[in-house]
Amino acid sequence: MERRPIMKYLDEFRDPAASRKLLDEIRRQATRRWTLMEVCGGQTHSLLRHGIASALEEVVELIHGPGCPVCVTPLEAIDFAQKLALRGDVILASFGDMLRVPGSSRSLLDVKSVGGRVKAVYSPLDAVELARRHPQDEIVFFAVGFETTTPATALAVAQAAREGLENFSLLVAHVRVLPAMEALADSPDCRVQAFLAAGHVCAITGYEAYEPFVAKYRLPVAVTGFEPLDLLQGILACVRQLESGEARVENQYARGVRQEGNLPAQDMVREVYEIRDCPWRGFGVIPRGGLRLRDAWRYYDASVRFASARPLDIVEHPDCRSAEVLAGRIQPPECPAFGTNCTPDAPQGAPMVSSEGACAAYYRYRPAPAAS
Amino acid sequence: MCLGIPGKLVHWISREGPFARGEVEFDGVRRVCNMACVPEAQEGDYVIVHAGIAISRVDSQEARRVFEELAALGEDEGWKGGPS
Amino acid sequence: MSHEPQKSWELNCPVPLPVDGEHLTLAHGEGTRLTRKLIRDRIIPALGGGQLASMEDAARLSMPSKSLAMTTDSFVVSPLFFPGGDIGSLAVYGTVNDLAVSGARPLYLTLSFILEEGLPLALLERVLESISRAVEQTKVQIVAGDTKVVPRGAADGLFINTAGIGQLVEPVPPGPATLQEGDELIVSGPIGRHGIAVLCAREELALEPPPRSDSAPLARSAEVLRERLGTRLRAMRDATRGGVAAVLHEWAESCQATLRVHEAEIPVSPDVRGACELLGLDPLHVANEGTMVVAVAPGSTSDALEALRTTRAGKQASSLGKVVRRGIAPVTIVRALGTEQPLDDPRGAPLPRIC
Repeated sequence: MERRPIMKYLDEFRDPAASRKLLDEIRRQATRRWTLMEVCGGQTHSLLRHGIASALEEVVELIHGPGCPVCVTPLEAIDFAQKLALRGDVILASFGDMLRVPGSSRSLLDVKSVGGRVKAVYSPLDAVELARRHPQDEIVFFAVGFETTTPATALAVAQAAREGLENFSLLVAHVRVLPAMEALADSPDCRVQAFLAAGHVCAITGYEAYEPFVAKYRLPVAVTGFEPLDLLQGILACVRQLESGEARVENQYARGVRQEGNLPAQDMVREVYEIRDCPWRGFGVIPRGGLRLRDAWRYYDASVRFASARPLDIVEHPDCRSAEVLAGRIQPPECPAFGTNCTPDAPQGAPMVSSEGACAAYYRYRPAPAAS
Repeated sequence: MCLGIPGKLVHWISREGPFARGEVEFDGVRRVCNMACVPEAQEGDYVIVHAGIAISRVDSQEARRVFEELAALGEDEGWKGGPS
Repeated sequence: MSHEPQKSWELNCPVPLPVDGEHLTLAHGEGTRLTRKLIRDRIIPALGGGQLASMEDAARLSMPSKSLAMTTDSFVVSPLFFPGGDIGSLAVYGTVNDLAVSGARPLYLTLSFILEEGLPLALLERVLESISRAVEQTKVQIVAGDTKVVPRGAADGLFINTAGIGQLVEPVPPGPATLQEGDELIVSGPIGRHGIAVLCAREELALEPPPRSDSAPLARSAEVLRERLGTRLRAMRDATRGGVAAVLHEWAESCQATLRVHEAEIPVSPDVRGACELLGLDPLHVANEGTMVVAVAPGSTSDALEALRTTRAGKQASSLGKVVRRGIAPVTIVRALGTEQPLDDPRGAPLPRIC
């Protein structure tokens, strides 16, 4: 038998014995049941995939946060991307998971099946490469994602500008996590007692920005990674603070996150983007919740370049309570459509589509109801 | 989430502004990744890669500290310890 | 060689486009002299003649036994050539494997080509050579074939449809519907290699070295299992589209038990592991073309592994899991923490994701 592959900094953080030790410690520390929100969809995925959420059910309720960027991308942006893909002169490129999310009537993959020009790429820089190789076509990259992804798209547009690639542009739907956390904490029915902040977002932004948040709302925040050990340590950090009545920012993910964040990345993002009020699917407009290209970069803004193609406003499917799921007010199975009218094969709301979406994660990893 | 995976920087290819690139190894495969945001990384370091771009250098001391704290939690139940 | 729409009333004579001898034209498929020339000069010699050389409308076969297995399959892989294989060998192995995992000894194949106008003849020849090598390796005979040429854009270069006939060898494995609690599950090699190889080649993901497909015949592996286990061999299935997870879900549906696998036991090669982590994919959902899932009677795993490991395709065969009483889900996986979780059915082709 060949060696079991070992990936450094991944496999150690999936160690079963260490995980069990942390599970025991969390159970030992908790004198009551606490309600935590993991902000990031990747964390939701990992918590359910590894059975952590169910293992801790008695002492911790985990509410799944808004942290799936493809889930919160507004319908209008998706519909606009579809229109561009159908023009004929545009190749619309984006991440694979974005292609599956339905707009008001269908997804980008559906559009591809009727002749739309849609391409899944691994990196925004691969879309720039497409622009180099297809000078006769317009390449539009559908730029979705949190702060983690913004340096990648900023670099893409910076590369295009340096090379004078005139056939490259961005359809920007980037969103910012902290304003969404504030919107959640501000809402009167917020039950969250502590947050697991998204580790890779903080790798870019740092966590100084969370200090005023903690001071204002008196809620503990643990910057947390994505492997089982990371998540368990983040949960333990929150439980300890809650038990002792503290509220601080703790950095569980110190191997990847510095206090000040990634300064070269921040410079790059600041040069290209500015903050704007932004609609989030399921939330409505969140003040300072998104980004747009600065005026100096408008040349690369697909929504300007193809302004005439912009669609009208659209409304969500009436049965879908994804807004409340995304806001953490209900758990996915509380939605009347969950698992019946709404499944990953025939989704009504975005959280059922994306592999990061809370509804899809629940559908995949929660045991099915006992067979009749 | 922002799928970010640690890989080992095998060598620098270019350090030129937004085009800075290095070859990064992920178990059995390597890929050229953009290194513009992690200029301080040295060959042999691990970097976290998201969407083809290195977004952070992995701090090996901090990674070890996690396991030291874990060890301090109490009796050892046979886990093998952290990264060497 | 594009066809301009007719702009005037002038007659557009149906004269075949000039033939440059290097690319296929529609005329190659129209039953003309060109068609015969293509088949007689290029295809039949490349495939070694035999029954084909007579160019009759049907093959006449002699059958060594009364119980036969028959299968059909179509191959539309893009790109046509990928690291570790190509559409030609894939068509032969895929058909042979379907017969082999059904408990048959593969004997005869038919091949039907759908060719796109403009396809370089040199490329067709490379595919034919690959088919010829695969046929020799798997000791089957190509007994009939067909060729059609479709207008540019109506196919993606080259499609192949096959049929295969094999002789069933007793005892024939009873199949997944007979799986019972206690039966054991095995996988014949590291998983996910074909899907990752093709995804990386098609989407130009620039991974180095390019991951290689596992495309290979399984007839020998199936044979040694039959010989070693006899009636203790329950079922075999090559884990193609949807990967190992798709096979497990199909089997769980037909036997109404739960199939439980252990993540720690599943063999994954270092390139597939790296690529899957990077792209956010689960190797259990990724296609294979030379790797099968096997179910055996309780206590038979070590015999089965010993037999499989004597074959080229089975060197890294490994235990996978067990059939248990129907529990929380049809298919479950025990991951790092030791808790049993449902393993979901694959949905759609894998694509790289950010989330």
